[in-house]
Amino acid sequence: MIIGAASALTALAGGATSVQAADVNLYSYRQPFLMKPLLDAFTKKTGTKVNMVYLKKGMLERLKAEGANSPADLVLTSDTGNLHDLVEAGLLQPSQSTILNGNIPAQFRHPKGLWYGLTTRARIIFAHKDRVKPGEVTTYEDLAKPHMKGRVCTRSGKHVYNVSLLSWMIAAKGEAAAEAWARGVKANLARKPQGNDRAQVKAVYQGECDVAIGNTYYMGKMVTNEKSPVQKKWAASVNLIFPNQKGRGTHVNISGAGVTKSAKNKAGAIKLIEFLSGVAAQNIYAEDNFEYPIKTGVKLHSIVAGWGKFKADETFLSKIAQNRRLATRIMDKVRFNN
Amino acid sequence: MINEATTTGMASSMATLNSKRAKKDVWSWLNVWSIGTVLIAMTLTVPILAVLFIGLTPSDAIWSHLASTVLPLYISTTLQLMVGVGVGTLVIGVATAWLVSTCRFPGKRIFEWALLLPMAMPAYVIAYVYTDILEYAGPAQGLLRDVFGWTTKQEYWFPEIRSLGGAVSMMTLVLYPYVYLLSRAAFMEQSVCMLEASRMLGRGPWRSFFSVALPLARPAIVIGVSLALMETLNDFGTVDFFAVSTFTLGIYDVWLNMNNVAGAAQLAGLLLFFVVFLVLTERFARRKQRFYHTTSQYKALPGYALQGWAKIGAVIGCALPVAFGFALPAMVLGSYAVMHFEAATNTAVFRYAGNSLMLSSLTAVLAVAIGIFMAYGVRLRKERIVSFMARFASLGYAVPGSVLAVGVLVSLGALDNGIDGFMRDKFGISTGLLFSGTIAAVTFGYLVRFLALSFGSIEASLSKITPSMDGAASSLGHKPFSILRHIHIPLIRGSALTAAMLVFVDCMKELPMTMILRPFNFHTLATYVHQFASDEQLGEASLAALAIVGFGILPVIVLSIAITRSRPGHSNEEPVS
Repeated sequence: MIIGAASALTALAGGATSVQAADVNLYSYRQPFLMKPLLDAFTKKTGTKVNMVYLKKGMLERLKAEGANSPADLVLTSDTGNLHDLVEAGLLQPSQSTILNGNIPAQFRHPKGLWYGLTTRARIIFAHKDRVKPGEVTTYEDLAKPHMKGRVCTRSGKHVYNVSLLSWMIAAKGEAAAEAWARGVKANLARKPQGNDRAQVKAVYQGECDVAIGNTYYMGKMVTNEKSPVQKKWAASVNLIFPNQKGRGTHVNISGAGVTKSAKNKAGAIKLIEFLSGVAAQNIYAEDNFEYPIKTGVKLHSIVAGWGKFKADETFLSKIAQNRRLATRIMDKVRFNN
Repeated sequence: MINEATTTGMASSMATLNSKRAKKDVWSWLNVWSIGTVLIAMTLTVPILAVLFIGLTPSDAIWSHLASTVLPLYISTTLQLMVGVGVGTLVIGVATAWLVSTCRFPGKRIFEWALLLPMAMPAYVIAYVYTDILEYAGPAQGLLRDVFGWTTKQEYWFPEIRSLGGAVSMMTLVLYPYVYLLSRAAFMEQSVCMLEASRMLGRGPWRSFFSVALPLARPAIVIGVSLALMETLNDFGTVDFFAVSTFTLGIYDVWLNMNNVAGAAQLAGLLLFFVVFLVLTERFARRKQRFYHTTSQYKALPGYALQGWAKIGAVIGCALPVAFGFALPAMVLGSYAVMHFEAATNTAVFRYAGNSLMLSSLTAVLAVAIGIFMAYGVRLRKERIVSFMARFASLGYAVPGSVLAVGVLVSLGALDNGIDGFMRDKFGISTGLLFSGTIAAVTFGYLVRFLALSFGSIEASLSKITPSMDGAASSLGHKPFSILRHIHIPLIRGSALTAAMLVFVDCMKELPMTMILRPFNFHTLATYVHQFASDEQLGEASLAALAIVGFGILPVIVLSIAITRSRPGHSNEEPVS
């Protein structure tokens, strides 16, 4: 009875959500409102429709349960960590494309083509303009030093962005040093980790802390926020510090995409990644979302360009992602969130 | 001789009859009701079993890691949260229910339904709204700083909203209606004669409440509080936003951040056993109590007219939960909607509202139909297996939504791929995925999750109808279906409507299962609000958030009136004052 009634409904609703074989089907960690302009541009150019489910939790389990019959052709994520988990679970398949290899530098794609970076973002430090003196904080390591006690804000230590940062630290300095660093930052926190990156800048503005860790594009979104103009004040209260410029460079991560093992429309999926890494889409990413284009030569948003050039660390992201499990355990061990 | 033979013959034929009856008794539970109940229960149990099954796969030694790091904290935080919300919802829910059911004071008629309104507010939405109001940059602290001339955070103390206390307050505000709804129904079902007898025997109003009304209403109140507590245990949005490290937050952490679904399933299984243990303990504590309503003849409670301070106190006591749980947050959302009018008025919102309404009504109708069927199946034959299966199937409410959704994914995926494999082998055609990623999957998930709401309230209501009525009707030649239709359904109509309302409102707010199970390009109001709220841009989705509340309120009001009318002795006429 249940199944009968519900399938009748499915048939009813079918008109609105019908999925055709020629379509590209997407499971996405990134919000629909971010992806819509890009996907619309793809459909306009190629005539191929893109269907999407925004699946922040449970994407891996859904792909696994659906198995070879899964309708998904492509996944989109906002960090290499998520892509790494999908690779480990054997849910992605390699794809080769000279266009992709041309658009995307080697450190931002999987060596075997299991996933490709589409944009980069740097994880940087936002420091209050008056309360933090020039030179007081120039590296990630400074955040763990005693002079920062009670002055640091960040989001959950278990969030994929912070886990990636710690994984990178492990790759650069080894497990023991990375754990000591996490312990030091934890000791310097002004409050329990909470909120997203934007909320950390707000906390600096409000005087709860002096420095915050955050991704670059949040700054662009706050500076230009006409809908909540108060966010311009938050943004105006801080300087951007790109850490470790004298050493190994700033940690950067990617948003990326990978073709699923079950893909029915592999060619369409690759075409979509190629489009997203091409000039037109890279411009939309840069203009709408203040991300750094992955393709060299694409113009930065004027605000992003205003932050200046910086030295990015060049460790392969596929290598960093392998420390993910260890990093989450270190976060628990130093009780980062509690 | 003849006599003897006759007697022997009679004895032997009686023996045959007896043995036939005995045989019949063994198999007699195999009728449409019992089999139906067991089959439906089994279907709805599969996702729960799937979660427990996932827990059996290796989990990378997660327990020793957790036990030595964060597990003790998860447990103590969760217990504190449960005690806080349990006490809060109990006091507010029972007190307001008692006031509006037995007393007369200004506004009582309005409070009767207005007290239900906070139920339509998703907890995570009011958490966002109150954070905006109460945080350092918010208007409340801003006003204090202006008035007292403070300039920095260090100069004064103000309660931190993003805390355990904040989470207790938010959840109490939106969850007390569960207790209110069920205890009010129970108070209204009580025969006024009992209370009058108590008063005549010299007990004052307070002692009558504590020694007569409260014990009689206990089963209903317990269901209300346990629903509130299960919602508390399942909450992710609020505790995540407030950074309160509960057990459920731990489950999500192990699953999503540590990529260990087996470990998460084990934690969820532990949580499930904890809930079962609590429920059984409570049942054990009142194992010897049985209360039946022996008649459907009731007199409406005349209402005790409150005077002076008591009257003012009652009005304030009923107004505060409505003001803080509903009016204030709704006003703030409304002002956001005005501020963000362009972004908020997206025509797509109406389509999403249609999806939400369709899914919620469909699930509400199905859940109540199944709830009545199963509760009646359990009542007809007191077979342990039937009753055990029915109760096990209602455990979905005690599993965090996303984890249960994984159970649904796994079971539907296995079914679909099984059918596909079979059809390929036998007929060479591929059927692909029939149910996975469809609206049917979402509806199935809702049913697994919310069956407890309908089955629980209907079973509680049925249990109060004396079995002698069934006996009498049966001896008059009525079959079970006819008895259900002519006797039980009219008597439990109020509870069935309550159940429909609870399921409807919960489906409107439901987020994690919808997110994980839905088809392509499909939004409900809740998923639409979430994509903005999760990025701390609630303003842009404020209209949709208001729509969740608004569409949730309509049935709350309509059904609240219907429930009042459906009560025996509470037909349309006003009590004579």
